[in-house]
Amino acid sequence: MPLLEIKNLQIEFGSGLSVARAADGVSLMLEAGKTLCLVGESGSGKSVTALSIAKLVPAPPAHYVGGEILLEGRDVLKMSSRELREIRGGLVSYVFQEPGASLNPVFRIGAQIKESLKYHRPAVANDAEVIRLLKLVGIPAPESRLKNYPHEMSGGMQQRVMLAMALASQPKLLVADEPTTALDVTIQAQIIELLRDLRRQLGMAVLLITHNLGIVGDLADDVAVMYAGQIVEHGPVREVIQRPLHPYTQALIQSVPELDTEVACLTAIPGTVPLPGAYPSGCRFHPRCPKARPDCSQAAPDLSQVEPQRWARCPYWNWKANALA
Amino acid sequence: MPLLEIQNLKVHFPVRQPWFGRAKEFVRAVDDVSFAIAPGETVGLVGESGCGKTTLGRAVIKLIEPTSGRIVFEGEDIATLSGAELRARRRRFQMIFQDPYGSLDPRLTVAASIGEALDIHGLAPDATARRQRIDALLKDVGLDPSHAPRLPHEFSGGQRQRIGIARALAVEPRLIVCDEPVSALDVSVQAQIINLLQHLQREHNIAYLFVAHDLAVVKHISRRILVMYLGRIVESGDARELCRSPKHPYTRALLSAVPVVDPDSKRQRILLAGDVPSPIHPPGGCPFHPRCPVAEARCKTEVPSLRELAPGHHAACLASSRMARSTYAL
Repeated sequence: MPLLEIKNLQIEFGSGLSVARAADGVSLMLEAGKTLCLVGESGSGKSVTALSIAKLVPAPPAHYVGGEILLEGRDVLKMSSRELREIRGGLVSYVFQEPGASLNPVFRIGAQIKESLKYHRPAVANDAEVIRLLKLVGIPAPESRLKNYPHEMSGGMQQRVMLAMALASQPKLLVADEPTTALDVTIQAQIIELLRDLRRQLGMAVLLITHNLGIVGDLADDVAVMYAGQIVEHGPVREVIQRPLHPYTQALIQSVPELDTEVACLTAIPGTVPLPGAYPSGCRFHPRCPKARPDCSQAAPDLSQVEPQRWARCPYWNWKANALA
Repeated sequence: MPLLEIQNLKVHFPVRQPWFGRAKEFVRAVDDVSFAIAPGETVGLVGESGCGKTTLGRAVIKLIEPTSGRIVFEGEDIATLSGAELRARRRRFQMIFQDPYGSLDPRLTVAASIGEALDIHGLAPDATARRQRIDALLKDVGLDPSHAPRLPHEFSGGQRQRIGIARALAVEPRLIVCDEPVSALDVSVQAQIINLLQHLQREHNIAYLFVAHDLAVVKHISRRILVMYLGRIVESGDARELCRSPKHPYTRALLSAVPVVDPDSKRQRILLAGDVPSPIHPPGGCPFHPRCPVAEARCKTEVPSLRELAPGHHAACLASSRMARSTYAL
């Protein structure tokens, strides 16, 4: 049994005429101890999908229209609020993009970490355990940091505190939603290294959400690419990055500026992600797709298995034997 | 003649000013920095958060009053100018800010935001000319002129950054200081904005001081790169040369932190331990020595100065000459 299985998840916002479907038939699977990266631009629905795993998207305004989210076989969408409280920050922990905004500015960080311990592991809700957690996430001289307020720490240190808090409950699944986007590249490298290390030490599964395919290769086992509320490509990290099948994945990879290549002009994806509720007809990527063909605006393609372990939502993935790139 | 020449610029902020007397401690945000920008050239400025790069960018166009030093813009020292004199010169240098959500007034329409710049400098003789100019500017940055009456919240981050660029372009500047203009954007949109900036540079012969923390982006857009650490320039040189054979260990670490897409990449990562130290009490000797992987005993006491190690390529590192010969490479 996989740790997490999302089946055909559909989440809508609004009602009546102005319905916006932020997640439209998302299916994902994550085995215990594995890392899955969910990649896509802002507005593609990846954060909504990630938050829904602990039913953290508030309803209303959202409606969980359909689908199942199975955590260790139990459907999160059918849980009582008491059960949800148990899994939130327990079985599933979250780390968000802006550590400065996620930490409470008026409490010392030691107290904030202890709060999580008190709820999920009351037997060890003491300073020693907090210090052990801070040491685990690589904070130097943790004893002297207990009494710090969040504003006394740098962004990278704050993100480490967030990680310590998330790990306090010994979760089986860590959801990291753009954990490095607000940080410098040097600190980003540190945090990615730390995540990889922690995953190995603690054996937990990680769902990493990012818009930057550059940080995926270091960390992930599998990659799912999301666009306009749908998964458009899914497969093992090496294969997806070295031989992307969907034009959107190809465009995302090309837009990462690299040091070793000399190009006159960066490859950008023209336009923006369509708003939920205003998706184009046919393939949702066709207005921005450099390889779109006339019939792409007609029929909506399905996510189909095109090779063992690989899925793509593009009927022309194999067009001219991958000459798409 | 360079468009802009910075000579020994210092920006020191007093810490905890006493009621009487003078402040005892200072944050040396920018400490004795010199460089020049030619017309139509892009100079990249990289470093981590807290290294003083934003302060330097702002001091260069006098949004922050420098403590000492000269800012020679088109042959004239603007460091000591103020009031109306400075405002008149402001037409020649503009700024694009990091946060496209914070840098536009949420209550002003796009037309009003851009038009304000035209009004201040008296660049639009009548309402028709003003409207035409705003439409042309919006087209220049890739937005539809019909967007002019809209408010900032109706736009995505990338579009807002385009509005910020249009606003800077309105007064036909010769220099634009771009302070992390793409850090808050998705990579796909980041490429759009960088391409736009390069296109505009070719069209209008604008010089950029491009401030960022991602060396891959800076290398792509810049002709020369300045690497800053704790208020000082630690390495400077031609963009390609500096990325190909970095002389300062800090530059090497920055280069190795750039994300690589290919999971089979053989690039070795040099992880810098810890954060940038406090600029109030910077470490003695070379300010980088506590984090430096190749620091020697003398690095703790001697302060390295910028030395020319190759034509046009300067670095402030005592160990750099020895390192160039060693096998320590990326």
